[in-house]
Amino acid sequence: MTIALDDSAGLRAPVDWASAEMKARRKSRYAADTRLKFYGLTAISMAIGFLLILFSSLVLTGYKAFVQTMVTVEIRLDPEQVNRDDIFNAPWRTIVQSALADLEPGLDQADRRQFLQIFTPNAQFLVRDRVIANPDMIGRTVSFTFPLADPLDQLAKGEVDRSLPEDRRRVNDKQIGWYDGLNERGLISQPFNTGLFLNADSRFPELAGLAGAISGSFWALLVCFLLSFPAGIAAAIYLEEFAPKNRITDLIEVNINNLAAVPSVVFGLLGLAVFLGLFGLPRSAPLVGGMVLALMTLPTIIIVTRASLKSVPSSIREAALGIGASKHETIIHHILPLSMPTILTGTIIGLAQALGETAPLLLIGMNAFITSPTTGVLEASTALPTQIFIWADSPERGFVARTSAAILVLLGFLLAMNAIAIFLRQRFERRW
Amino acid sequence: MASTVFFILLILAVLGYVAGLFRAKVVRGTAYREFHSLPIYHGLNIAIWTGVPALIIVLMWLLFQGAAVDRIILNSLGTEVTSLDAAQQALLLSEIKQVAAGRIFREPTGEIRAAADFYNAVVANAQWAMLVVAISIALIGFGVGYRMVAVRFRARHSVERSLNYFMIFCSVVAIATTAGIIVSLLYEALQFFARVPVAEFFFGLNWEPQIPMREDQVAGAGAFGAVPVFLGTLVIAVIAMAVATPIGLFSAVYLTEFASNSARAIIKPLLEILAGIPTVVYGFFAVLTVAPALRGLGDWMGIGVSPNAALVAGGVMGIMLIPFISSLSDDALTAVPRAVRDGSLALGATKGETIRKVLLPAALPGIVGGILLALSRAIGETMIVVMAAGLIASLNVNPLQSVTTVTVQIVTLLIGDTSFDNPKTLAAFALGLVLFVITLALNVVALRIVRKYREQY
Repeated sequence: MTIALDDSAGLRAPVDWASAEMKARRKSRYAADTRLKFYGLTAISMAIGFLLILFSSLVLTGYKAFVQTMVTVEIRLDPEQVNRDDIFNAPWRTIVQSALADLEPGLDQADRRQFLQIFTPNAQFLVRDRVIANPDMIGRTVSFTFPLADPLDQLAKGEVDRSLPEDRRRVNDKQIGWYDGLNERGLISQPFNTGLFLNADSRFPELAGLAGAISGSFWALLVCFLLSFPAGIAAAIYLEEFAPKNRITDLIEVNINNLAAVPSVVFGLLGLAVFLGLFGLPRSAPLVGGMVLALMTLPTIIIVTRASLKSVPSSIREAALGIGASKHETIIHHILPLSMPTILTGTIIGLAQALGETAPLLLIGMNAFITSPTTGVLEASTALPTQIFIWADSPERGFVARTSAAILVLLGFLLAMNAIAIFLRQRFERRW
Repeated sequence: MASTVFFILLILAVLGYVAGLFRAKVVRGTAYREFHSLPIYHGLNIAIWTGVPALIIVLMWLLFQGAAVDRIILNSLGTEVTSLDAAQQALLLSEIKQVAAGRIFREPTGEIRAAADFYNAVVANAQWAMLVVAISIALIGFGVGYRMVAVRFRARHSVERSLNYFMIFCSVVAIATTAGIIVSLLYEALQFFARVPVAEFFFGLNWEPQIPMREDQVAGAGAFGAVPVFLGTLVIAVIAMAVATPIGLFSAVYLTEFASNSARAIIKPLLEILAGIPTVVYGFFAVLTVAPALRGLGDWMGIGVSPNAALVAGGVMGIMLIPFISSLSDDALTAVPRAVRDGSLALGATKGETIRKVLLPAALPGIVGGILLALSRAIGETMIVVMAAGLIASLNVNPLQSVTTVTVQIVTLLIGDTSFDNPKTLAAFALGLVLFVITLALNVVALRIVRKYREQY
């Protein structure tokens, strides 16, 4: 079709839209469109692809840490060796090692030592603690189950290439032979690794668990919540409802927005200089960690709370004031309860961020090597993300899987917190 | 002991509340009309009088007890100790405290043992004194509050005033935090600059912050020229932005202009997951997966790739920043009015042409602001670079070589070290100050741009 333009008006010549030239032009224009769309799709699939690679690499390296290779051994607790009144000081090393050596009788000294390396070096303490917990075992033959040493655990999980030459792997042919023997006799099992959640940190991967880190994170988050939640709400109410508009309150407002953008490591420096240096609070304590995290969470809570206070319709406020409630009563009895679901949602999301925060905790020393769960806010402790950081640095092969497993646990907690936040939002969301 | 005191104060406050409630009801009798405040406010008023002053005293006490006890111990040790310098005194004190806590590494001298016993006695006395003082103040407060209960007493106003003070205090915490950051960074950084010239720090090309183990050690003076550290930070941030900006921008364009609503509803939260992952996870991912992959690729292509290549840390940081850029660009693009879009389409422009020639230029200030915000995050990001970037400061911009960054240096200089009197620790605060100033400036500029642009329509 041709569109004829009025030549007499001095306009340009008619354009032949059906001409080959125009067709080509149209085609290239649409091609450019398609290209742009294609770039967008590529960008999105790259971003989601990164996400998938991230998760799959974590799951692939981490899932094996959720089971642990264990060996079951019969140990005779001879009353002559184990004195009921002094169980702690019984010759546990001898008892356990001879019981283990009996699994493979007739080894010479060197072989015996190599054989014992199959089992976790802490086996004696595991047995001791169980007997202390249950002294009735003395005098009987009890079957104990404890972990194999990390290299054998890796072997059992197929991480060790048996076809490699002997000097290039951490288990030698004899140990593999013994392991296979034990396996055929049905002494080896691979139950769910409860130790991952019940043990605290250890130098030996087969014994290291997250109990210390989880309890440390719990205490730090508790402190963070107790400080930032009331303070955040109070500050938000003041700024939103009471504050006069003057330079000081403007300054506070600008400040809160800026605080939300300060790099987290700077908060660590603040904690180090002020809480540890000036106030002399103990290093590595969840109290200090929680205080630093609270300062970081505070802006989030204040911003969320202000937004949610603002969204409560003024009719409610005016009705309450109209029947004689004071301003405080209006806020405490009416406005705050109505905005509480949103505030809680925001707080949970802020706490989830705090749970994953690592750098400030490193600076105040919450990366200590702690072998028992934390029971108070003043004890030295680690937190989940710092535990991940410590394990990621450990050279033992078993810690690679444990790090991934710890990350999966951390992500699990984050997911749970976000799920609660989404649930709260949907359950209580109001449209005015 | 401190937690016991807090607990006792809490119980006293609750008791005060209950007592006030009953007292107010008795005083009110049947005079409902004359009685100013509800009994609950009289109860709260007494609880505040009982709990708050005592609580403030206890917190102050805990704050200053340590320093006071230290002074008492040092004075008790005689003049020869008080004439020692600060470091030796601190050493002596920590030894005494170790012994007092029962952590004995080598047999202490008689003097130390006596001082430790004395220390335990002083601390125990101080704790008991605190308990007694706290309880007496609480009881006095209770008495004051109790006597206030009267028919015309404006208990509600009194409680609301206390609430106001509390709210103001909480709002001021934000300013106090910023002031605390600035003062502590400045204080330590000034001490650092008293030992290392400012010019050397900002223009020196050599960063070797080791300190000598012995006084006479050769070449152990340490060098604090921070240029290589700044350069490394810039290299990694630029790599991160090079990854994040195109991916984030194209994602935003696709999501706002091409994607269907249902696709958007799935893709957006998926992208936002990337922003919610803790950075220590990205760091581990970089070390576990990306670095070996890149090294393998380098070997295959015959290029030497450092194990801590800047590309790894920067690339992974870029992945982290994608959702940040995409959501800010998304905001900027959707803020362009419908009429502008429709006008362009009505003139016969294709969708792509509208985006390129109309929407992107219109949204450009918002997008640039978003990119600046992302850049400030990249500069301040810590865990990824601590785990994946190098420790050695070198002047190079090759992304396949190792570089170090400001945050890496801060963390490595401070881990396991709390003494504030050597240049090594103080250098971390100087770096922190620079980091704070740069990121804050970037944020302020970026927020200005984003805001100003939003007002244009």
